[in-house]
Amino acid sequence: MTTETATVQSIARERGEIGNFRFPEKHKYDAGFGLSERTIDYICDVKNDPDWVRAFRKKALGVFESKPMPTHWASDDLNTIDFDKIRYYLSSGDLPKRSWDDVPDEVKQTFERLGIPEQERKFLAGVEAQYDSEAAYSNVKEAVAEQGVLFVNSTEGLKEHADIFRPWFGKVIPTGDNKFSALNSAVFSGGSFIYVPPGVKVKHPLQAYFRINSEQFGQFERTLIIVDEGAELTYMEGCTAPKFETSTLHSAVVELVAMKGAKIQYITVQNWSANVFNLVTKRGLAHEDAEIRWIDCNIGSRLTMKYPGVIMKGRRARGEVISIALANTGQHQDTGAKMIHAADETTSNVVSKSISVGQGRSTYRGQVLIPKHLKGCKNNTECDALLINSNSKTDTYPAITVRGNQHSTQHEASVSQVSEEQIFYMQQRGLSEAAAMSLSVNGFINDLVREFPMEYSVELKRLIDLEMEGSVG
Amino acid sequence: MSTNCLEIRNLHATIAANGTPILNGLDLTLPKGEVHAIMGPNGSGKSTLAKILAGHKAYEVTDGEVLLDGNNLFDMEIDERARAGLFLAFQYPLEIPGVSNANFLRAALSARLPEGEEIDAVSFYKQLRAKMSLLDMDTKFTGRAVNEGFSGGEKKRNEILQMMLLEPTYAVLDETDSGLDIDALKIVARGVNAMRTPERGILLITHYQRLLNYIQPDHVHVLANGRIVRSGDRTLALELEEKGYDWIREADEAAAAAAGA
Repeated sequence: MTTETATVQSIARERGEIGNFRFPEKHKYDAGFGLSERTIDYICDVKNDPDWVRAFRKKALGVFESKPMPTHWASDDLNTIDFDKIRYYLSSGDLPKRSWDDVPDEVKQTFERLGIPEQERKFLAGVEAQYDSEAAYSNVKEAVAEQGVLFVNSTEGLKEHADIFRPWFGKVIPTGDNKFSALNSAVFSGGSFIYVPPGVKVKHPLQAYFRINSEQFGQFERTLIIVDEGAELTYMEGCTAPKFETSTLHSAVVELVAMKGAKIQYITVQNWSANVFNLVTKRGLAHEDAEIRWIDCNIGSRLTMKYPGVIMKGRRARGEVISIALANTGQHQDTGAKMIHAADETTSNVVSKSISVGQGRSTYRGQVLIPKHLKGCKNNTECDALLINSNSKTDTYPAITVRGNQHSTQHEASVSQVSEEQIFYMQQRGLSEAAAMSLSVNGFINDLVREFPMEYSVELKRLIDLEMEGSVG
Repeated sequence: MSTNCLEIRNLHATIAANGTPILNGLDLTLPKGEVHAIMGPNGSGKSTLAKILAGHKAYEVTDGEVLLDGNNLFDMEIDERARAGLFLAFQYPLEIPGVSNANFLRAALSARLPEGEEIDAVSFYKQLRAKMSLLDMDTKFTGRAVNEGFSGGEKKRNEILQMMLLEPTYAVLDETDSGLDIDALKIVARGVNAMRTPERGILLITHYQRLLNYIQPDHVHVLANGRIVRSGDRTLALELEEKGYDWIREADEAAAAAAGA
């Protein structure tokens, strides 16, 4: 903690070790660099998109081009993204795989390198894993399919299940919501489409693994999940990317629809390499008595901007965001939550914990809106920041707009620092400085980690250990 | 040089931030199998000695050395000293929010194992519960965050619990008796006495003789102005209690005057 230069160097070395692996790439389809109407046509032709999708994409391209970078409130670092140096579509051309045996060895090797625990591989039977921009592996667990649940990639969703897909697609997050949702709408590929029929409670969480394996290649997955009346679903998403030499853009759009009395839990653990821009729009629409929970963990990336939201449209709907962010040197985690109350007696809860290591910066940005004509709405917001080194940074921008006097809101925020005395105490018990730091950080987020499934919390702990190793000088 | 003791030789130390001298040539040898007590008035350097042995960065060693079983303590990092067998029961134990007592102890024990080896959970919990019962600690303390929301007495008991599980070769107890009522003091003493073995040296740092009624030391040292000014057996502690620390100070001054004359 005393020699900052040494700290930075050791982090750089450490990060090199962590992310430095990749596998040979074979791409049958490649849209080339840059974005134009021709790029859109190429993508549509290769994917054999229906005409309405082609029109949707082209309209989105116009919206994207007309919107300025949101640097009036967000980081200037966005200006370093060169949209002409990005390849917007790559595909191996392989059809989605149906069984584990069919998965290419190099993909399996990737899972191996990512250290996915044995326990978790069992879950892979019900997993859709995305390799580059198309699903290389996709297998809906039979029991789930038997219940009438659709679990396919979004391309298949929009073609084969247009009657369910189309009415909600782009409705929770309109194309023009922000510059990056427009970009995604123009060039999206991959991502999942899930439909759970009324009353069906999906017992096992559905999972998807995403990874990027091409330099200068942006990944724009598009996920739409519709859970019908009284049905329940947990979806888990884990992302990790190999190291690249130039910046990489990742811009996903995830839309959730929870019909009356439905429950959706969407769990994400992301560990991007340090050069990735991760600019994600995630939002759910909760109807009467429905519940949507976003459980989100962001580690790595150069800049992450992500504010999962819930629009509580029906009476007594509930929205929740539980998030953990870890920003190391050279990283900015700009995360938060958006809670839009649009009906009486709706309840929202936001709990956010961030950790800044080295010269890392974490930002909490929250928006809570309770309009005047409603009554009986509740919001609770807690955001806690932990600073590890003396030059670590954190900032908080909570915007809570409550009109009318029939509501209840609570807001708590704290900033704390790992104390040298605490580390001394732990070291005196035999723990190395890094192990003491890790334990301390794990303690800070412990109550939130419990919200993650067991196998994810193990992985999370390992990721934090890796990040903390470089933080001590 | 012995490989069976903690040997402090001519130790000089200052406060790192401002150079204020705290220890001025302290000598003390704690052999395995013995219990020594260090007594002394406020500000004599008792707690500083404990922190310097553990490796606290607020102090700078300016001269002298400390050998742990013949190895130079000051060549080791804080955690290496701990793993080499040195334990410090803190006067003010720290809180570690979100980390359970059981997990903390497991992590500390795991740190002592070779890479790749793990603690056997079943025997760990069995041991943990046995020691907790000896210290009259409720088993619910295993799941509670380390020292968070503990009373003063519970924190001190928790220090002894950690010592019992980590089984150090040399344990330094820094004012473990302060803030304890008589019942808690007896319980803590029971734990410490259970740790008295021929393989372990224990250094009790205390202000009061009271603790020594329950943990009877083999030797008593008096620390004043950063040096050991008297050493003796248990009766020295009793004498101190009767006559107060001024008695030592006056005797010292008289001796100094005689030497100067």
